[in-house]
Amino acid sequence: MCLLERFALCAATIMLVPAAPAMAADDAPHFGKPVTAQDLAAWDISIGPDGAGLPPGKGTVAQGEAVFSAKCQACHGEKGEGRPNDRLVGGAGTIAPDKAPVKTVGSYWPYATTLFDYVRRAMPWDRPKSLTDDEVYAVAAYILTLNGVIGADEVLDAQSLPKVKMPNRDGFAAFPRWPPK
Amino acid sequence: MGRRRKDQPFGEHVAGNGILNRRIFLERTLLAGAAGIGASASGALAEPLAVPRWSKEPGGDFTAYGQPSHFESKVARTWAPPANPATPGVGSSRTPHHLLDGTITPSGLHYERSHSGVPDIDPEQHRLLVHGLVKQPLVFSLEDLSRYPRTSRIAFLECAGNSGALYTAQAQPLNVQAIHGLLSCSDWTGVKLSTLLDEAGVDPRAKWVLAEGADASGMSRSFPIAKALDDALVCLYQNGERVRPANGYPLRLLLPGFEGNMNVKWLRRLKLVDAPIMTKDETSKYTILLKEDKAWQFVFPIEVKSIITRPSPGLTLKGPGFYEISGLAWSGNGRIRQVEVSADGGQSFAPAALQEPVLPKALTRFRAPWQWNGGPAVLQSRATDDTGMVQPSRAQFVAERGLRGNYHYNAVASWRIEQNGEALNVFA
Repeated sequence: MCLLERFALCAATIMLVPAAPAMAADDAPHFGKPVTAQDLAAWDISIGPDGAGLPPGKGTVAQGEAVFSAKCQACHGEKGEGRPNDRLVGGAGTIAPDKAPVKTVGSYWPYATTLFDYVRRAMPWDRPKSLTDDEVYAVAAYILTLNGVIGADEVLDAQSLPKVKMPNRDGFAAFPRWPPK
Repeated sequence: MGRRRKDQPFGEHVAGNGILNRRIFLERTLLAGAAGIGASASGALAEPLAVPRWSKEPGGDFTAYGQPSHFESKVARTWAPPANPATPGVGSSRTPHHLLDGTITPSGLHYERSHSGVPDIDPEQHRLLVHGLVKQPLVFSLEDLSRYPRTSRIAFLECAGNSGALYTAQAQPLNVQAIHGLLSCSDWTGVKLSTLLDEAGVDPRAKWVLAEGADASGMSRSFPIAKALDDALVCLYQNGERVRPANGYPLRLLLPGFEGNMNVKWLRRLKLVDAPIMTKDETSKYTILLKEDKAWQFVFPIEVKSIITRPSPGLTLKGPGFYEISGLAWSGNGRIRQVEVSADGGQSFAPAALQEPVLPKALTRFRAPWQWNGGPAVLQSRATDDTGMVQPSRAQFVAERGLRGNYHYNAVASWRIEQNGEALNVFA
């Protein structure tokens, strides 16, 4: 953004928001510095369960398999079966009563959006935040396909990912002692 | 407390198997055991006293940053080797409560938990972003934050997975550090989160706050805005000095009483939202799978709990006689009202003395005198908080949720004392 644009944006923001520091009328400290939506965008990486925050881009299962083999498999095992690190695939039916639970993306995670959010921010372990958005969509598609959640020919993007119905979507309940009486 | 009456002598047994009256901790009463003043429990004379070397030569010089005596090198955190040597810093290290006393955990012994290692953050470059459903998104440098009015409070932190080793059918031969070591307590100083949110201007639609760390995993959790406006702190200091790197340097969130991971370390971002983000750690991880096929989600406060730290495994009793039973009690919902101890596996309890100050959402030290007769004993403690909640027995706890939960284990714990004086983790 050129300097002139930045100035125009800041000026617009200040005009909309009378409480900005330059105009603070109260005695509160007001040491925070205003920031524009554009300038904070690189940090705004959380993805809501409704898909809010998902970036443009898309990925296929085949592309995801290539990313997984190159960047994920060493820790998460072939086809996400785990070891030495977390298992990502399988465990279907083990959340049922009295079973020994095998919690994976497929058996336990309630939202597919969480997969995009976490892979993009934290994976691969040694180079987090290095995957392109297309690669994140693709590797999410591959992991969901391995779990039988989506078909091998599906493409994930900002529209389709939030619509994925996870098998354990209804597996959670509110804690009965919250909020406290 | 009034003075001890003559009909309540020291050594009065107030619960089964040798639990004595706590009055000795509450009154100015010297220990005058059944054998009478001046009589040694062992009957032996002390060795003749020699003047030691360190009393006859000058000692060491000043140091820039003090360390414990080298004789105390065993007082250290422990951790399990990583499942994958290629991903160190994934996991946790534990506080050695069996070797500590009081309630404040030395900063260097505070438990550690990280998901992608401890970042090395330059405080000059660190920023805190407050945005989302606010009137004006704001960025704060540490210099900015340091100019706000500060407040201090003593608060415990407990990992949701603490005592998870007791979610098993068979008791494992582990000590207090291995079982209960994901628990610590510090004096935290920082800025009220409500001050910063007020400055940004909270949109009435904001119901939750997403907190995110600057570490490689971008650890993130959602919490209710009511907590943010109640007692949440953005902490710069821990036990009087800047927060340690493993505990969130240069900035960490403190949500007093809430499970450890919600107190996001290396805090870089707070986003006000209308609904929880459903992050990895609030869906796939810190949820409590019940006996049935549901899991409790958003279990925030650590419920009332206590542990006996002494005697405990590794601290072998040296024959029958007098011992102090000592431990820690805490509740994320308030203040500890009472701790009771038992030496007969919960058949009978008597109240322990609570060491002042008893603070809300902080560790409370309790002590109870005990006359061990050398026979079998099972030591337990049971805490009650000021909401009236009583720490459940293991049977009550398992009946409510089963053994698949992984997190928030707070049932009464038991140490069995063997005839040779060793203590052992048991289920009783």
